[in-house]
Amino acid sequence: MPETALPAASNQGIVNLVRRSWRQNIIYFGFIAVFVFFALTLHERGFLDPNNILNIARQTAMIAVMAVAMTLVLCSGEIDLSIGAVAGLASVTAAMAIAWGGWPAGVAVGLLTGLIVGAINGVLSTRLAIPTFLTTLAMMGIARGVAMWISSTAAIPILNRPYSAFFGGGNLGVVPSLLIWMVLVGAVGHVALRRTRFGRQILAVGGNVVAARYSGIPTAKIKFWVLVISSVTAALAGMLYAGRLQSGRFQLGEGDELSVIAAAVLGGTSLFGGRGSVTGSIIGALMIGVINNGLILMGLEYSQQLIARGIIIILAVAVSQAGTRN
Amino acid sequence: MSAPGAIRQENDSPGIAVDMIGISKAFGGVKALRDVDFSVRFGEIHALLGENGAGKSTILKILRGVMNPDAGQIVIKGETFSRLTSRIARDRGIGMIFQEMSLVPTLTVAQNVFLAGEPLTAAGLIDDGAMRAGTARIFAEMGVSVDPAALVSDLSTGQQQLTEIAKALSQKADILMLDEPTSALTGSEVAILFQLLRRLKAEGKAIVYVSHRMDEIFKIADAATVLRDGRLIDSRPIGGYTLATLIIDIMGKATLDLSAFATKSAASKEEILAARNLASRRGGNASFVLHRGEVLGLAGLLGSGRTRLARMLFGLEPIVSGTVAIKGQNVVIGSPEAAKALKMALVPEDRRREGLVLQHSIEENIQLPILKRLGRSIFLDRARSRAIADTLIRQLSIKTSRRSAAANSLSGGNQQKIVIGKWLATQPNILILDEPTAGIDIGSKGEILRLVRELAAEGKSVIFISSELTELIAVSDRIALMAEGRIVQTIEKSSLLDRQDGNADLSAEQTLQLILQKGAQHA
Repeated sequence: MPETALPAASNQGIVNLVRRSWRQNIIYFGFIAVFVFFALTLHERGFLDPNNILNIARQTAMIAVMAVAMTLVLCSGEIDLSIGAVAGLASVTAAMAIAWGGWPAGVAVGLLTGLIVGAINGVLSTRLAIPTFLTTLAMMGIARGVAMWISSTAAIPILNRPYSAFFGGGNLGVVPSLLIWMVLVGAVGHVALRRTRFGRQILAVGGNVVAARYSGIPTAKIKFWVLVISSVTAALAGMLYAGRLQSGRFQLGEGDELSVIAAAVLGGTSLFGGRGSVTGSIIGALMIGVINNGLILMGLEYSQQLIARGIIIILAVAVSQAGTRN
Repeated sequence: MSAPGAIRQENDSPGIAVDMIGISKAFGGVKALRDVDFSVRFGEIHALLGENGAGKSTILKILRGVMNPDAGQIVIKGETFSRLTSRIARDRGIGMIFQEMSLVPTLTVAQNVFLAGEPLTAAGLIDDGAMRAGTARIFAEMGVSVDPAALVSDLSTGQQQLTEIAKALSQKADILMLDEPTSALTGSEVAILFQLLRRLKAEGKAIVYVSHRMDEIFKIADAATVLRDGRLIDSRPIGGYTLATLIIDIMGKATLDLSAFATKSAASKEEILAARNLASRRGGNASFVLHRGEVLGLAGLLGSGRTRLARMLFGLEPIVSGTVAIKGQNVVIGSPEAAKALKMALVPEDRRREGLVLQHSIEENIQLPILKRLGRSIFLDRARSRAIADTLIRQLSIKTSRRSAAANSLSGGNQQKIVIGKWLATQPNILILDEPTAGIDIGSKGEILRLVRELAAEGKSVIFISSELTELIAVSDRIALMAEGRIVQTIEKSSLLDRQDGNADLSAEQTLQLILQKGAQHA
C-alpha cells in the first residue's frame, strides 16, 4: 500500500533529495566559487573584462563540444581516447578540401572524417569485442599519424572567409560563433540524453549491460552509434579549431582527450557508466577554462599552472565523489 | 604457516574430527540455527542435508571461521573453541571447497594451489618450479591428471573443482567441506570426484558433503545429518534412511496451504507454444507444449538445464537443434528483441544482475523493454511512461513513495516486482519466470504467486521455474520435470494432489521430490 508508506518515506525522500541535488549540483556551486574567487582576486588584472570572459568561452568551446559527446560515451560505459587526434585530423582534411572545393567540400569532408573514424572504432569495439580503451588508444596514434602524413606536418592555410566566420572565427553581433556552437551542441546533447529513447538506451547499457540485453535493447548497436557520434563531434571540434586559426594543423587537439574526460567527470558523469549530465560536462569544461585563465592572469609560470590545475581538479573530483558514495 | 601436530592423529582410530555442540545463530530476528549438534569422524563422508535456508551454509561458515555462533562449542580434534577464526580453522586442517569457484582464472593451476603460501627460493623469490612440482605431486596422490602449468580459465569445471581440492590438500587440510560439488559437473567428472572422495576417506580424512541430489548421498555418504528451519531433525548412518524417509525429514510439513491454490485451471486446449527436441550447446533434448491460460511448472535439480531452456526460448542462448512453434507457426528466436516481438517475456533468475539497472529509478527500469513504444516520436513520451509506471506500482503494490526512487533503495521483493512489472508493460502472451521468489520475503512471495494465477486467468501462458516444490505445485497447472536438458516427465497437478497410490505417508511436494530424485537418477 503506497499510501501508508508515504509519511515515513517522504522524510527519507527529503534527505535523499538534498543529497542527490548536492551531488548533481556540486559542479555549479564549484564553478561559481572559482569564478567569484578569481573575480575578487584578479579584477585588477582584467579577469572580469568582457573581452577576457569571451576569450575564455572561445578557448573552452572545443573542449566543451567534445565533452558533450564524451558524456554520452562515458554514460554508455565506454571511453574514447581518439577524440583529440580526430580533431587534428579533421582540421587537416577540412582545410585541404576547402582549398579544393570551397567551404561546402570542407564541411562535408571534415564530418566524413569523423564518421569514418567513428565507424572503425565502433566496428572494432562491437564486432571484434576489443575494449574501447584499446581501439581508441590505437586510433589516436593512427589518426594523428595520418594527419601528419597527408599534411607533410605543415599547417594548411584556410583562405575562405565564410568558413572561418561560421566555424569559430566570427561573431554574431557581440556573441562569438564558438559560443553559439557550444550552446547548440550542448542543447542537442542534453535533450538526446535526457529526453529520447536513444538516451535511455545509452544509460541502460552503461548502467547494466546484462539487464539491458535481457530487456531486448540492441546493446552493440547503441555502443556503435555512441562511438560514431563521439568521432563526428570531435571532427566538428577540429573544424572549429581550423576556423579559429584559419588553418588545419595536425597538432590541433593534442591532449584534449584528457581535458575532455576531466570536464565530464567534474560535471558529475560516472567513469563507470549509467549516470551523467551534459550540462554538468559543459560547466566542467568552462571551469577548467576559467582556472587556466585565472592561473595565467595570476602570472604563474606554465610549470606552476600545470601543478595548480592538477591539484584543483583532484580537489573538485574528490568533493563531487564524496556525495556519490553510499 | 606450520600446522600444529594435531594432524598426526589421523589414520587408524576413527576419532572424531569435529564436534559441534549446541550451536545457535540468529540474523536479526531470524534464527538460522537453534541448538544444533553436528559431528563428523575421520574416515567418514558425512552428508549435511536440508532445503535452502535450513542452516547448512551457516554450519559451513561457522566451521570455516568466517561466522561466529551466538552459542555453543566447537571441538576440533579434541581442542575446544567457542568460535573460530579463518586462521584457526585453516591451521587446524579445515578446508572448504567452494560452490562458487574461488580460483583466480588468470593464474595457473600451480599458482592457485599455492596462492598466498608460495614456496620461496633462497633469494626470496617465488619458486615456480617447486610450485609446479608440488602441485603435480598432490595431483598424483589424488590419482587425477591436471596440468599444473595450465591456466585455470582453460580448465573444465571438473578440473577446476579438482584444483580447489588440491589447494585445500596443499594446506594440509584433513577435514574437507564440499558444498554442492557436482552441480556443474558432467557424469564422468562426477565419477572421478567420487573416486577421489573415497580415496581421501580411505586415507582417513573427514569429509562434509552438501548436496541436493539424494542419489549421490546414497552412493557416497556414510552418514547423514538433516536440518530443517535451523533445527537438527535427524543424524544417523546412511543405512538408517530410505529415500522416502530422508525426503520427509528434509521437507517436513507444507509451509504453504496448497488447498488455497487447488483451484480451477484456466488452461484451454489451444497450443500457444510447442518446443520440439530443443538442444543447446551443452546438449539436451527438451520437448513440451504450453497452452493458453496455463501455468507450466518447470522442476529439476540444480544444473538440470531449466535456466538454459528459458534462455534458449528468449533468444539469449543459441538453439543448436530443434524447433519452436508459436500458435502452430515455426519461429526463429535469435535475440531477445525477436522474442519480445513474439510477445514473450523473461523474468530472469538474477534480478540484480540481469533484471535491473540498480542505480536507475523504478520508472526508468520499467521503460527499458518498451522504449520503442514510448519513443515513437523524437522525444520520449514521459506522460505515458509515468502513467504506465504508476499503474504497475499500484497493480503490483510495489512499496515505494514515488516512481523516481532508485531500484536499489527497495527490498528484494519489491525489486522483483519491478522486473515483473517491466515485462508486464510489454503485454506479453507468454511469460517465463525463472526462480521469481528466490530470496524474497514471504508476503511478496504470496503476492507473486497470486499474480501469476491472475495472469493465467486473463489468458496468458506462464512457464514457472522454481526449486521450491511447494510453491511450484501451488501455482502450476502441470509440472514438467527436467534432468540433463530433457523433460523426463510431465505431471498434472491434480494427480499430485489426489495421489493415493504409492507411499501414502508422503505429501504432494514430498511425492514430487521423490519423482524428481528418481528422474535425475535415470537420466
